[in-house]
Amino acid sequence: MAIWLTKDSKVIVQGITGSEGSKHTRRMLVAGTHVVGGVNPRKAGQQVVFEDLNGGTALPVFATVADAMKETGADVSVIFVPPAFAKAAVIEAIDAEIPLAVVITEGIPVHDTAAFWAYNVSKGQKTRIVGPNCPGIASPGASNAGIIPADISGAGRIGLVSKSGTLTYQLMYELRDIGFSTCVGIGGDPVIGTTHIDALAAFQEDPDTDAIVMIGEIGGDAEERAAEFIKANVTKPVVGYIAGFTAPPGKTMGHAGAIISGSAGTADAKKVALEAAGVKVGKTPSETARLMRELMS
Amino acid sequence: MDLYEYQGRDLFDRHGLPVLAGGVATTPEEARAIAERLGGRVVVKAQVKVGGRGKAGGVKLADNPEESVARATDILGMDIKGHTVHKVMITVTADIEEEYYFSYLLDRANRTFLCIASVAGGMEIEQVAEEAPDKVAKVAIDANVGVDEAKAREIVAQAGFPADVADQVADIAVKLWKTFVSEDATLVEVNPLAKVKGGQVLCLDAKVTFDANADFRHPEHEELVDQASIDPLEQRAKEKDLNYVKLDGEVGIIGNGAGLVMSTLDVVAYAGEAVGGVKPANFLDIGGGASAAVMANGLEIVLSDPSVKSVFVNVFGGITACDEVANGIVQALALLDQRGEKVTKPLVVRLDGNNAEAGRAILDGAANPLVERVDTMDGAAKRAAELAAAGV
Repeated sequence: MAIWLTKDSKVIVQGITGSEGSKHTRRMLVAGTHVVGGVNPRKAGQQVVFEDLNGGTALPVFATVADAMKETGADVSVIFVPPAFAKAAVIEAIDAEIPLAVVITEGIPVHDTAAFWAYNVSKGQKTRIVGPNCPGIASPGASNAGIIPADISGAGRIGLVSKSGTLTYQLMYELRDIGFSTCVGIGGDPVIGTTHIDALAAFQEDPDTDAIVMIGEIGGDAEERAAEFIKANVTKPVVGYIAGFTAPPGKTMGHAGAIISGSAGTADAKKVALEAAGVKVGKTPSETARLMRELMS
Repeated sequence: MDLYEYQGRDLFDRHGLPVLAGGVATTPEEARAIAERLGGRVVVKAQVKVGGRGKAGGVKLADNPEESVARATDILGMDIKGHTVHKVMITVTADIEEEYYFSYLLDRANRTFLCIASVAGGMEIEQVAEEAPDKVAKVAIDANVGVDEAKAREIVAQAGFPADVADQVADIAVKLWKTFVSEDATLVEVNPLAKVKGGQVLCLDAKVTFDANADFRHPEHEELVDQASIDPLEQRAKEKDLNYVKLDGEVGIIGNGAGLVMSTLDVVAYAGEAVGGVKPANFLDIGGGASAAVMANGLEIVLSDPSVKSVFVNVFGGITACDEVANGIVQALALLDQRGEKVTKPLVVRLDGNNAEAGRAILDGAANPLVERVDTMDGAAKRAAELAAAGV
């Protein structure tokens, strides 16, 4: 088992015919993900052939998410639609009530993200949104929805939740001999659909996860709120890492959400909050991996 | 992007919000011309993107055009908390009777927008928020509903605006929301929103922040960028589509992915503590799937920074292929050499992940004496810090 994404997940890709969408659809297929089709209203009815380990898989393209779900039984959508069209794509996924929508797209205006989030709330949150500006979810050995390289680590019993893609890869690599149940990249935007807390709660409930790595970075107070949640609700051991101790205030460090505003959102405050909740916080990614290794041995 | 007050004032004016007549000057003579046009008493305000300018002496009254020249002369060139004043805004004066506070902003924690309003506005609003939080109304705004007449009335009631200004404040609340949404702002703040003699309510200050992710639908915002205030290296990086932030250390940093690069800065700073306090010189994220050309562009910019004494290239290949990165390094060094810009600064490179073996082989094969390969991130950071310390 894993959280949110399992070997039974049936995945569609919104933006399957675009350059990023098609590149990563092929990679997901090679990783063994059960990709069942794609969505592009202008190319509905066509088939797209992807070269994978089976010598080629032909996937049907549907006009809408609802059509794709009806025809294939899909329950996950991975969204690669460009920023200007991403809001409409996510709203379409919400309207179709797909259980999981993973928004990879980087650079979506925050007014658009706030709008589709408010829309999801008004519709009763039947769709779990992950991202935007995230690498997706990987349950090694089972399924891979997004752009996390499938060959970094195999299956195991660590759960990982992170704002950063490359730090996710780094930690997966350092702990590849132990392996992961699920790795969730929640994204580096100021407004995101799935938070550290959502992932921590799911890992706490998951019988196949023994310990959790939580990666945060400067900006906002999501890590502080996660620390409070851990204190009250998480009994499994959590190891943390925070990036951005040396980032100057007022500068956006790559991720749209990674900015210290005045004295709010500093790495120090996040580290202090996590440690107060009993989380061991590593000084570097490698030290973080060592702390997890000690826990698992 | 944060706007200057005068830019915010113009923006508010265009959206039909009540502001004071005024203009912006870069010289005392321009200030005189504006003061003559406006007539009577004027206020001369330093244009800096930092709070507390009033307390720092950056806001002065002038009774006539002659005095406005003197005040502009005093204020232009002034240093306010590390910001040099290059422009002053001149406006007519307002006979303030009451000062309020009004803003819309992004509420990250609640994933929505928030209106903050108070009848106790002015310079001490932060103190009010701390000492008497009940005097500051916070009203959540549904992004899909926005602020209509009814919502505006709710805000006015919650903040306790007096009856005699309620209609005007409600009208401002609706127009300011339209400004906030149509301009893709993450903050619009009016402090003070003031009732002046005669009963009119005016926006006497304007603080506006735009969402950079929405630049694609606001080409007109480009004109508001203050080119003079941009670091030349940041400008060059932007032209090459690179995500670069200039910092004030000695170790140039190149990596892939915002999180990994932020982490690299930290690890280098820790390593630097042991060797006399060398620090990272910049943030540079070459992004996912970067090609050799992108790597070469990045290296060129980092090496052209005179304060850089060593460079640390830290790549974990997820989508990015390490052999592409290695080729980029080799090509960039050859290119700079051809141009006669001989590279003399040492590079420390750590490659892991996708095609790491091939990448390492390319670097080893090129055998450039300036390039040193280290297997771990912590070890490479330490080496880069040592080399920078030796080169200082």
